Amino acid sequence: MRTTSRPRRAAVLATSALAASALLLTACSSSGTKSNSDGSSAASGEKVTLTVGDFGTFGYKEAGLYDEYMAAHPNIKIEANTTQDGQQYWDALTTHLASGSGLADIQAVEVGYIAQATGTLGDKFTDLGKVDGVNASAWLPWKSKQATTAKGSLIGLGTDIGPMAVCYRKDLFQQAGLPTDRAEVAKLWAGDWSKFVDAGKQYQAKAPSGTFFTDSASGLFNAALSAESTQYSDDSGKLVYKDSAGVKKAWDIAVSASQAKISAGLRQFQDPWNAAFANAKFATVVCPSWMTGIISKYSGDSGKGKWDIAAPPVASNWGGAFLTVPKAGKHQKEAAALAAWLTAPEQQAKVFTKVGNLPSTTAGLDLPAVQSAKLDFFGDTPTGQIFAAAAKGIKPAPIGEQDGTVKTIITDNGILDIEEHGTDPAKAWANVTKAVDDKVNG
Amino acid sequence: MATSIRAAAEDGSAPTTAPRGPADAGPERSAWRSRLYRLDLKASPYAYIAPFFLCFAAFGLFPLIWTGWLSLHRVDLLNPDVMDWRGVDNYTRLWDTDQFWTALRNTFTIGVISTVPQLLMALGLAHLLNYRMHGRGFLRVAILAPYATSIAAATLVFVQLFNPDYGMINWLLSMIGIDRTDWYADTWPSQIAVSTIVTWRWTGYNALIYLAAMQAVPKDLYEAASLDGATRWQQFTKVTIPSIRPTILFTIIVSTIGATQLFGEPMLFGGGVGVSGGSAHQFQTLSLYMYELGWPSRQLGRASAVAWTMLLILLLVGAVQMLIARRNRTKLGG
Repeated sequence: MRTTSRPRRAAVLATSALAASALLLTACSSSGTKSNSDGSSAASGEKVTLTVGDFGTFGYKEAGLYDEYMAAHPNIKIEANTTQDGQQYWDALTTHLASGSGLADIQAVEVGYIAQATGTLGDKFTDLGKVDGVNASAWLPWKSKQATTAKGSLIGLGTDIGPMAVCYRKDLFQQAGLPTDRAEVAKLWAGDWSKFVDAGKQYQAKAPSGTFFTDSASGLFNAALSAESTQYSDDSGKLVYKDSAGVKKAWDIAVSASQAKISAGLRQFQDPWNAAFANAKFATVVCPSWMTGIISKYSGDSGKGKWDIAAPPVASNWGGAFLTVPKAGKHQKEAAALAAWLTAPEQQAKVFTKVGNLPSTTAGLDLPAVQSAKLDFFGDTPTGQIFAAAAKGIKPAPIGEQDGTVKTIITDNGILDIEEHGTDPAKAWANVTKAVDDKVNG
Repeated sequence: MATSIRAAAEDGSAPTTAPRGPADAGPERSAWRSRLYRLDLKASPYAYIAPFFLCFAAFGLFPLIWTGWLSLHRVDLLNPDVMDWRGVDNYTRLWDTDQFWTALRNTFTIGVISTVPQLLMALGLAHLLNYRMHGRGFLRVAILAPYATSIAAATLVFVQLFNPDYGMINWLLSMIGIDRTDWYADTWPSQIAVSTIVTWRWTGYNALIYLAAMQAVPKDLYEAASLDGATRWQQFTKVTIPSIRPTILFTIIVSTIGATQLFGEPMLFGGGVGVSGGSAHQFQTLSLYMYELGWPSRQLGRASAVAWTMLLILLLVGAVQMLIARRNRTKLGG
């Protein structure tokens, strides 16, 4: 009995496994051919699941936009997939783009990598400029230009921009004998980021024990560099970071901050950094508008009402992202429509009031909802006015394909190394150039 | 049909006319049969294991050779179809890269400080579990639990424990008067932290392998030893260890391979700087360097060169271990 039943069971198992895999194969291939024929597989009324891949906090879920869109489009179901670390997100995305699989219907791209997306990867994305209802001139001119390929196709719709300010803790400033009024605070460092370091020395002299003036020298580096007209690459996209006056200046400011011990030496967006918000370990953080969402998320109730926002030494932009629709997606038409809706002025305004990502469309910046916006967490601070005003002063610098890589190496293996190990800055810089040569020159 | 033919042939008739005489048909058939039998005896095992080797050729050997071919080219991850011939440049460039040597050194040090305590502890644990005691079955399953835990989950817990500011390890150390240790940033502490995760995961696994080997040691050896007045420790060193020597060698080889390919633990332990193994590459292993070159930097050719270098190092280490094992065996006269 036993001997006969065993092979039979095995045979049943084998056949069912075969049948299942055959089913799977045919299912895959049939949907594949369907999507290849016209770039969209959805007949009218067919249920379509759109996936959205992004990183950090885009705020669509928080602002209830997915639910709103699904309610208005009963045939569409949206699934969001968020990676916390932007670098990890991008590494995975490039791999998926190369293999043409594992991609979401909508993929967000950070501004630091947009040149790679419009360059080497340009033909892997759909041209969103040809989508109904999309007009490239709705965005700030430099924002749309960043997402346009050499052939003139618009592959990314701007989500937000990152006009910069400085967020500071009033309670810590008071304890260290510094002014707390935002206009007074802004005067401490107006005009130059090196004055920000000087203010830090002033703070550190009378600082509450265990606290630092600012979170990380890398954050300061990004802030100072963003204000420069020459960054990592020149107009032609060639890497010039070694001789760039902007990089040199920002590096020196970051090094001086680290050597004056006014920085907590944390790596931004990591767990210890997140935890330091709740523990009030630092008094300032360079604050692009999207950072306000992060501050309120990690400071929690204990930090509510204690943070305020002051104007930066120099106006500049840090960050911001784009939504793209990869060609490998199965539902490009529906995805493009969703991306266009998510980045329209009204939706951008809703995201701003919820998580602080500032609109990248001109109409969105002027909406009363944005202009009069106050974030609950920051009390009566007129966040909308502060950031919209900062947005006007932005002078964008050219971005090259390798900017993101170089930035990561400078901040994570250069400045962080100085902060963590007290490495000699000259040696740290030599390490940076060596590492960039190793990683960039294939 | 067959029977009628055979019958016809056996009917006799002229042996001279038939090309093969019926007289020697019998012996020849049996010779053919025995040859078939011998063929079956010799070839069947190969046929039975062939599926594995076919799979290995497709999914093991081909990628191996393909990686070797890639390592002689410049290949961009995003355009893997375009390959520029480089020759051995990728290898000579490794030789000149500081980061490669740092990674090689880290792989070695992390390998030693994780493998050695791991195997020693496993031996001790196995010896203890080999005694008769209550709840033996439960304990044997329990020590395998870390092995069944996913690397990601385990590492996340250890990251919390080793947190320099809020972690439990520093808190415990401060109780005995040891100052704050930066388990993330400093070279030795970070490497010890990574090794701890590896040791924690694999000790139980190795202990079970040792235990299985110990159970096969004949009981009368121990009886004889105790009659001779050997203590438990002497029994362990003089009976147990020599008896399970091949098993120990096996675990050393497997652990060496594991240590050389160490990837997940340091990657996850480092958080956002995990790929580069910390801000100064203080715990970057060869696998991590390979990943950093291949994925974030998109240089598949150079990453392949690291992969092949790792293979060569493994073969070298394996050869050295074999030599030592053989010398030990001849010394023992076995």
